[in-house]
Amino acid sequence: MTHTKTSPLPPGSAARRAFRRAGTGPPPVATAGEARRRGRRENLAGYLFLSPWILGMLLLTLGPMLASLYLSFTEYDLFNAPRWTGFDNYRAMFEDPRWATSVGVTLQYVLIATPLKLAAALGVALLLARPRRGLGFYRSAFYAPSLIGASVSIGIVWRAIFQDEAVVDRSLRLFGADIGGWVGDPDWAIYTLVALAVWQFGAPMVIFLAGLKQVPRELYEAAEVDGAGAWRRFRSVTLPLISPVLFFNLLLETIHSFQVFTSAYVVSNGRGGPADSTLFYTLYLYEKGFREFRMGYASAMAWMLMLGVGLVTFVLFRTQRGWVHYEGEGAGGR
Amino acid sequence: MSRTEPVEPVGPARPRPPRVPASARRRRTARSLLPHLLSVALLVVVLYPVVWVIGASFKPGQDIVGSLELFPTEPITGNFRRLTEGIADIPLSTFFVNSLILAVGSVGGVLFSCSLAAYAFARIRFAGRAVMFGLMISTLLLPVHVLLIPQYIVFQKLELVDTYVPLLLGKYLAVDAFFVFLMVQFMRGLPRELDEAARLDGCGHPRIFWSIVLPLCRPALITSTIFTFIWTWNDFMGPLIYLNDPQKYPVALGMKLFIDQDTLADYGGMMAMSLLALLPVLLFFLAFQRFLVEGATTSGLKG
Repeated sequence: MTHTKTSPLPPGSAARRAFRRAGTGPPPVATAGEARRRGRRENLAGYLFLSPWILGMLLLTLGPMLASLYLSFTEYDLFNAPRWTGFDNYRAMFEDPRWATSVGVTLQYVLIATPLKLAAALGVALLLARPRRGLGFYRSAFYAPSLIGASVSIGIVWRAIFQDEAVVDRSLRLFGADIGGWVGDPDWAIYTLVALAVWQFGAPMVIFLAGLKQVPRELYEAAEVDGAGAWRRFRSVTLPLISPVLFFNLLLETIHSFQVFTSAYVVSNGRGGPADSTLFYTLYLYEKGFREFRMGYASAMAWMLMLGVGLVTFVLFRTQRGWVHYEGEGAGGR
Repeated sequence: MSRTEPVEPVGPARPRPPRVPASARRRRTARSLLPHLLSVALLVVVLYPVVWVIGASFKPGQDIVGSLELFPTEPITGNFRRLTEGIADIPLSTFFVNSLILAVGSVGGVLFSCSLAAYAFARIRFAGRAVMFGLMISTLLLPVHVLLIPQYIVFQKLELVDTYVPLLLGKYLAVDAFFVFLMVQFMRGLPRELDEAARLDGCGHPRIFWSIVLPLCRPALITSTIFTFIWTWNDFMGPLIYLNDPQKYPVALGMKLFIDQDTLADYGGMMAMSLLALLPVLLFFLAFQRFLVEGATTSGLKG
């Protein structure tokens, strides 16, 4: 079966034939010159295939990053040329009470929503861990909110559900918790968004499920023989073995939480209300940049956000030595 | 590509539970009744808001916030009929067509640019690959807000604000590292012998990419398609920043027109519109949920 370079092979058969040839073909013999030529060709092919990505990297990522760093040291309103002001924006930030509020709101949200969301994800994943009928259905159904949660629609629904005299308020009153409408209450408005975040536990849940599948059944059986109860088995077998997955989820969810925007915008009326209680960092950045056109200040805010997220990522990576067990280093845990 | 291919199925293979005798199966079913009940109870809570919006869109406006009934005793269709007048004098179809243009345009861009980049990272040995791959991965952790302002300024100077170019360009330049990463992972799972054999047959990289790797990557491509579509459909911040003319608004911004007139909230219309806006996403989800959940597992993508 021979064919030339130009013979139009249907994709399926090309792959199939190529695969069959793999075992039988003679090993390629290459001289030094050929290897070099081939290396150059490989480089060229690599850069050609990467050219859209390289363009994007330069024009839409690295370039803007540098520009944003520069702008953060200027005052710029889009119409007049940027005016160099040194560290003024950064200094102003630390004296800006609303900036401090936005940092506080965001940190509060990250610290409360992330662990709750991960706990919900892990809990449901454990519930669904054993293979059984209907698993696919449950998995998908629990995953659905993760997809639609960031939409304006759900933001609007959330606002309606958590309003004064609405479903949540009335249901909670049945249990004796008289909080009133969360959306309008500065003390409770942020928990509307926490609830929305926790509701979207499907994405980390799916990843937990994949991790739980990797835990060898024998370990549980051995632990059971040793008389370990359910909690003990969870603590000593499950948790250490899924710690890499837990770390991965923790990292992604934390970074994710810092950047929440759509739901915050919709639930808080676009202004971070009531009384700035949901003035998320990204909302304030949007306000400074695109409502007040203080591009320099907004750029400085963006860089502080990046530093903050970078710092948290760094700290998480540092702590993982203490609690994340990777395969081959005593998988049993302590 | 059929499953009879002599290639290991890549991606997460679902382990099939071994066949068990009927009696044992019955016992197991009985034992797993409790988790089933728990799962269903949780599902009721989790899916409540979705069902609620369906019920609310058929209620008269004043009953939406206050009433505890999930479904109205006398469902009305007035909310939807009111929507036929459009929002702010713009027919709803405009918003939906705009969203569709953006979503389909984005899918095309992501499939094109990300698969090319992924092929280079996964299958070509070129100088500087490790460094560039590292760069690509690190952009996964980069907050988009750092790029937002300079990008806006550039597009504004180029007078491209209020066009779809700023919203689409990045998709054609492989800016979504998520998808590059997803496809790289997938392509790395394909046996190397494939390209070596094809090369002996005289195929160059374009041919290997197009005829061998791409068809085998179909699951990864489908996953990317679905995620791109849904994320673009739901995207709010991009259009909010770049679009001024309501005629160009996608659905998400069309709904913002509703929220803006907050004082005389037309809750009925809002709920009907919310449901309509969710519908394509929900349908997409129902049709492709198997790929979606698996794709999310392999890559750690977030919805």
